[in-house]
Amino acid sequence: MTAGTVSPYRPDQQTGRDGFVQLLRAEWTKFRTVRGWVIGLVVAVLVMLGLGLFGAGGSSGSCQSTSGGPSRSGQGCFTAPPVGPGGEAVSDSFYFVRQPLSGNGSITVRVTSLTGLVPSGNGPVLGTQPGLVPWAKAGIIIKESTQPGSAYAAMIVTAGHGVRMQDNFTGDTAGQPGAVTASDPRWLRLTRSGDTITGYDSADGTHWTQVGTVALAGLPPAVQAGLFAASPAYQAITQNLGGGEHGTIAPSQDTAVFDHVSLSGTWPAGAWTGDYIGAAYGSGIGGYHQVGGRFTVTGSGDIAPAVPGQAGGEDLTVTVFLVGTFAGLIAVIVVATMFITAEYRRGLIRTTLTASPRRGRVLAAKAIVVGSAAFAAALAGAAAAVIFGTQLARGRVYVFPVPWLTELRMIIGTAALVAVAAVLALAVGIIVRRSAAAVTLVIVAIVVPYLLGVVSVLPAGAADWVLRITPAAAFAVQQAIPQYAQVTALYSPGVGGGGYFPLAPWAGLAVLCGWAAIAVALALVLLRRRDA
Amino acid sequence: MRLPVPASTVPGSTVPASTVPASTVAGWLGLPEALHAEWTKTRTMPSTGWLLLAAIALTVAVGAAAAAATGCPSGAVCRVDPAKVSLTGIDLGQAVVAIVAVLAIGNEYSTGMIRITLSAMPRRTVVLAAKAVILTGLALAAGTIAVLASVLAGRLILAGHGFTPAHGYELLSPDSPSVLRAAAGSVLYLALIALLSLGVATAVRDSAVAIGIVLGLLYLFPIVANVVGNAHWHRHLEQIGPMTAGLAIQATTDLSSLPISPWAGLGVLAAWSAAALLAGGLALGLRDA
Repeated sequence: MTAGTVSPYRPDQQTGRDGFVQLLRAEWTKFRTVRGWVIGLVVAVLVMLGLGLFGAGGSSGSCQSTSGGPSRSGQGCFTAPPVGPGGEAVSDSFYFVRQPLSGNGSITVRVTSLTGLVPSGNGPVLGTQPGLVPWAKAGIIIKESTQPGSAYAAMIVTAGHGVRMQDNFTGDTAGQPGAVTASDPRWLRLTRSGDTITGYDSADGTHWTQVGTVALAGLPPAVQAGLFAASPAYQAITQNLGGGEHGTIAPSQDTAVFDHVSLSGTWPAGAWTGDYIGAAYGSGIGGYHQVGGRFTVTGSGDIAPAVPGQAGGEDLTVTVFLVGTFAGLIAVIVVATMFITAEYRRGLIRTTLTASPRRGRVLAAKAIVVGSAAFAAALAGAAAAVIFGTQLARGRVYVFPVPWLTELRMIIGTAALVAVAAVLALAVGIIVRRSAAAVTLVIVAIVVPYLLGVVSVLPAGAADWVLRITPAAAFAVQQAIPQYAQVTALYSPGVGGGGYFPLAPWAGLAVLCGWAAIAVALALVLLRRRDA
Repeated sequence: MRLPVPASTVPGSTVPASTVPASTVAGWLGLPEALHAEWTKTRTMPSTGWLLLAAIALTVAVGAAAAAATGCPSGAVCRVDPAKVSLTGIDLGQAVVAIVAVLAIGNEYSTGMIRITLSAMPRRTVVLAAKAVILTGLALAAGTIAVLASVLAGRLILAGHGFTPAHGYELLSPDSPSVLRAAAGSVLYLALIALLSLGVATAVRDSAVAIGIVLGLLYLFPIVANVVGNAHWHRHLEQIGPMTAGLAIQATTDLSSLPISPWAGLGVLAAWSAAALLAGGLALGLRDA
C-alpha cells in the first residue's frame, strides 16, 4: 500500500476558519432577524436604565434634617464627608493638641494609658460605661493642615490592635502588638524629612524599631504636629434571624495620657493649642489638660476611610444605580435560552447541524453571538444607568465618590456578568432542551441566592457562603467601596450594610464563569452524544 | 419570536377553530368534561409529576437548610421567626410551581395542541377555568405536603439549635393560630402563584417569556425595594410586590413591622393573579389560537 490513500471530501470553500466565520454569520443572522429577541435585548437595556434611575430617585426623598449637622449650600440637607488625598470619602474628626512645625523635625512621646467610655444602652447618646472600641486610637500625628481630609501620617496606640502607623486614611502598618498600660507603656516617634515621614515605636525609649516610612507628596514646609485622640462610634449589631441585621451606632470616647514629650526641629509657636478637628462631621467631644510634662487628651471620632452603611441610609453607592441588572439579566436569559430551545422546538436544529455537522463549532458560534449581543446590551444599560443615575442623585442624596477605574470596572463587570449568564443560559438550554425549565433554572440559580443572601433572609455566616459558591457571587463586580481592616462596620452584602461581598470583584465573576464553563462542557458532551 | 414552521408539522392547522360547531352543552355545563380532559392531559405528562416532586423537595430542602443555618450566639438577643425561617423554601419552590403552571398552557402553544383543545372545547373561558381548577388543586396538594414537611423539619432542627421554650422561643406547633395561618397561607400562596403564572402564560403564549415575566414579577420587587433608601417608597414597593406582600402571611412574630398585614398581603397577590387571569382570558378569547 503506497499511494492512493483516500482523503475525506472537503469542499474548498468550507475549510478552516472560513467555515467558522460563515457559521458565525449564519447564527448572527438567525439572532438579529427574530424580532422578539432583538426586542428582548432592547427591553434589557431600558429596564437597566429605568430601574437604575428609580433606585437613584427613590433614595433621594428621605432627606430629613434631623442630624443637626450644618447643611451645605447646593447639597441638600445631607452633610458630605470630607474627601481624602486619595479621592475617597473619609472620617476626619478627632481632638488635636498641636503646634506648627516648620521644615524638618521630629516628635517623641510616651503613652502610659488609654481608657474610654462606651454607650451602656442602645441609644444614640454617649454612655458612661468604661470600655474601649477596638479601634479607639491616640498618639502623635503630622498633618498638612487642620482642614479635614488633608494629608497626614500618624503613630498611634489602639485599644485592640497594638501600635499602628497610619497615613492618608487608607495606609495602615502594624507595629508592636498589645495594649498600653502604666507598667507597659509605648514610646512613639515621628520624624519628618522633606516629604518623607518615618514612624518608630519602642517599649523603653532607648531601643527603637522603625514601623514604616511614608511619602506625603506635596507636603508644605509648615505643617501641624502634636498629640491626638479619637474613638470611632460604638456599634452593636443585633442579628435579626429571618429579617436581617440591625446595627446600633452611638459615639464613644477615649482618653490617653502622654508624657516625655520631646520635640526637635523648628517649632515657632512654642506653645500647645487644643481644638477639635472636623467638628461638622464628628461628635465634637474632646479636650485636654497639661500638668507639667504630662498631657491628658480626650477625643471622639475617627481618622479613617468613611464607609457606606454607617449613616443609616442617608448615603448610597454607585451600586444602587445598577439594580436594574437583575431585570436586564432576566430578559437576556430568556432571549439566550430561546436562541437554542427555539431550534429544538421548531426542528431547525436538524438543519443547523446538517449545514454544520461539527457540533462543537455550532455551540461556539452560538455562544459568541449571544454572549457578544448580551455584553453590548448590558454595557449600554449599565453605562447609561451609572451616568444618568449619578446626575439624578447629585445634590439630593450623598453618593460615595469612587475612582473612575472602579466605576469602569463596575460597568464592564456588569456587562461581563450578563454576557456570561447568557452563555450559561444557552448551555442550560442545550442540556434540558425545554425553554421554561432552562429559563427558570438559570434565573433561580443567579437571582435566588442573591435574594436569600443579600435581602437578608439568611443569617450572615450562611449568606457569606451562599455568595461565595453560587453564581450570585458574580455580583461582587458591582461592589463600589472596598472593605477596610482598620474600620469597624457592618460589612454585609445588603445595600444598607454597604454592599460588601465576601469575594473580590473579579474572583466573584470567576465563580460565575466556572459555573458557565461546567454547563458549556456538559452541553458539548450532550450535544455530541444525543440525536438532535 | 416564531421561526418559520412548515405547515405540515402543525397538527390541526387546517381546521380553523371558528368552523367547528359550538358545543351542544350550554353554559358552564361543559366544565366537567373540560376538567376531565385537562386532568387527563396534566396527569399523563410525565413532567408534571417530576416538577411537583421537585417543588416539594426544593421547598423542604431550602427550608431545612435555612433552619440549620439559623443559630443564635450565646448571650446575644436574636429575634427569630421560626415559621418564616422554616418556610424559606417557598422562595424557591414557587419557581417550580410556576413552571408547572406555565407549561400547562405554554406546551399547548408550542406543540400546536391548543388548536385541538379549542376545536374540542370551543368555549375558551371554560378551557382556562378548567386549567385553573386543575392547577389550583395540584398546587394545593403539593403545597400542603411541602409546607407540612417544612414545618416539621423546622421544628426539629430549630429545637436542636436551642430555639426551645426554655430559652424563650416558642416551638413550631399547629396549635398556635399564627403558625397555622403561616402554614395554610403558604399553601394558598403557592396556589395563587400557579394562577398568576397561568394567566401570564395564556397572555404571552410562550413558555420562556412567560416564566421570565413571572419570575421577574416575583423576584424584582424585593431586590429593588432593598435598594431604595427612601423608607416610604421601600414600604410601598413591598406592599405592591406579589412576593413581598404575599409572603407577609408567613410572619408570626413582630407583625407590626410588616409592610402589610398578613391576609391583606395575600389579597394583594390574589389581585395580581386575578389581573393576570383576566388578561390571559381576554387574550385567549380575542385572539386566534
